[in-house]
Amino acid sequence: MFQLQFAPALAETPALLRGFWLTIELTVAAILLGGALGLAAAMARNMGPRFVRWLVSAYVELIRNTPFLVQLYIVFFGLPSVGVRVSAIQASIIAMTINLGAYAAEIFRAGIESIHRSQIEAGASLALTRPQILVHVILAPAVSKVWPSLVSQFILIMLTSSVCSFVSVEELSGAAATIQSATFRSFEVYIIVGAVYLGFAILLKSALASVGERLFRRPGTAPRKAKLAAEPGGLR
Amino acid sequence: MIRPFGSDEILFLFEAARWTSVLSLAALALGGLFGLAVALARVSVSNVLRTAASGYITVVQGIPVLILLFLAYYGLSTMGFDLPPLIAASLSLGIYASGYLGDIWRGAIESVALQQWEASASLALTRGQQYRYVIIPQSVRIALPPTVGFLVQLIKNTSIVSIVGVVELTRAGQLVNNATFEPFPVFLSVAAIYFIICYPLSLIARRLEAQFNAYRAG
Amino acid sequence: MPIVLVEDLRKSFGSLEVLKGISLSVERGQVVALLGRSGSGKSTLLRCLNGLETISSGRIEIGGHVMSYAPAALRALRKDVGIVFQSFNLFPHLSAAENVMLAPRVVKKTPKREARELAMEMLGKVGLIDKADVYPDQLSGGQQQRVAIARSLAMQPRVMLFDEVTSALDPELTGEVLNVMERLAAEGMTMLLVTHEMEFARRVATTTVFMYKGLVHETGSSKELFGRPSTSEFRQFLGVTSD
Repeated sequence: MFQLQFAPALAETPALLRGFWLTIELTVAAILLGGALGLAAAMARNMGPRFVRWLVSAYVELIRNTPFLVQLYIVFFGLPSVGVRVSAIQASIIAMTINLGAYAAEIFRAGIESIHRSQIEAGASLALTRPQILVHVILAPAVSKVWPSLVSQFILIMLTSSVCSFVSVEELSGAAATIQSATFRSFEVYIIVGAVYLGFAILLKSALASVGERLFRRPGTAPRKAKLAAEPGGLR
Repeated sequence: MIRPFGSDEILFLFEAARWTSVLSLAALALGGLFGLAVALARVSVSNVLRTAASGYITVVQGIPVLILLFLAYYGLSTMGFDLPPLIAASLSLGIYASGYLGDIWRGAIESVALQQWEASASLALTRGQQYRYVIIPQSVRIALPPTVGFLVQLIKNTSIVSIVGVVELTRAGQLVNNATFEPFPVFLSVAAIYFIICYPLSLIARRLEAQFNAYRAG
Repeated sequence: MPIVLVEDLRKSFGSLEVLKGISLSVERGQVVALLGRSGSGKSTLLRCLNGLETISSGRIEIGGHVMSYAPAALRALRKDVGIVFQSFNLFPHLSAAENVMLAPRVVKKTPKREARELAMEMLGKVGLIDKADVYPDQLSGGQQQRVAIARSLAMQPRVMLFDEVTSALDPELTGEVLNVMERLAAEGMTMLLVTHEMEFARRVATTTVFMYKGLVHETGSSKELFGRPSTSEFRQFLGVTSD
């Protein structure tokens, strides 16, 4: 018979909290940088010259059809081999940014394309340039439309950060690996860590949802329920 | 001893890719089975079943696949089952897949119009018969594109089981890299093989989606 | 000197020729009603005048600009030629005042405070000062269309185009939009409008142009044209629509 013993694992709470904090930092960095990269890529794809458009779609397809772990290895092992020194944490942030950027670019593109032609015509008839139309007319409604999909993607990149433990980053999963090898209570450690991820995922989701409501709220308007479903998937 | 990265190594990678495929198919089979159960429970008339299924989806979608893998791996061994890594890996990937497929298929089932339920009920079909002859056939068309899309995610996620010692494509890449110290060519080759597997599936998913949209619009 | 001059304008969509050689001249301060059945090409003509459609051949001069599709030239033209659409096309994420301020701020680089003052002045013209900070989805169709008119006016155009601006409105909301247009006409704005409001065309338009199968079929002062339609097609058109 087996018995669950949480005490040895819980004794390592400070280490777990340090790991959790690093998970939060990685996630926030990836969301900010990857979100910006995705937006830039989507805009470049929308109004750049043909060559740039081709480049962006190649980037999107290459990233979306290869595992994050391999992308991380290419950054972490590949860059030093050509003389670029990166720490494990830097490599993780770079890989997460590039990964999220590709998915976010697709989501932003869908949002931009969902804006009706007549809106673009109205902008054009007011003598706005194409970039001005994109920024002032299309962007805000487009982002508010795809915000739920973006939130799902942000949650996925948070979950994906666990893979960074493969290159010895001591985020939550990395901390768990260290603790389980010291306490031999592997199952208990991963139950605790799993619960922390789950709690954080739920928290992050509702926090981002209310960020969206605040960003796109119009005074006197009931918050609308966007219907665009998130692309299903797991860790990308 | 350092070896050059040559055709033998490439061949080794392709052989390992077979295990990636085996893992993916096993996880798809398991995940499909569990997922269908989750989807049906999620739309069942029983409150308890619905809540349980919805909780299951939330939990699986809120925990990294890596942690699911460890939970299966260490959980089973704590309980005294010493399963080979390949089985534990398939099982955990199957659970992961069931959480997402269950959600996708629930959406597909729910998108079939209420009138279809009413019409089939009025023909005196049992609930099982309604699913079998009316609802599921219509849901499949809706569910197919996102299911194929999810298969791509599943294949990519098999990469993490390298950590429990299954020599699939990514683990093979690591081994080759340790022997050759040529990370760029090695991992770019690994990425290329994943791409060769995943990209056609992505294209199929997109085409199915376009067909479905055209069908709906027409 | 005419402020709008159209010479032998032709426009095809694929193999379908919609405008078959339109010539038209409008003087400053004229209000021109473009009438005709659906498919007669009147909306296409209006969209050509703002460069929203490229013409196949012919020549357009409007608001002091010769139509050219180079982006900078087109923008210069559009600063002087406003258009109001059937479907309002307000920007949903901007309040009424922000909708009006957008082009002055972005295109003309007007400072925010000045742009806001301008917006209030324009909203005043359409009777919607109290709705300045309301978002489009909280406005009635008629109010939205009046904001759209204010938005166009804020660029201080020399010519205004109205493309079936009341067609999407309930009858009780049509009047408030037509009133705004009538006031604009009285202020001397040069206007071209595609409309189905016969009574409005007869009363407010100085000139009526009846289009038929992609050509100007009959034109003249509204009084004359409505009083003594000379072609059977226009007579039939009036008979059908005034019922």
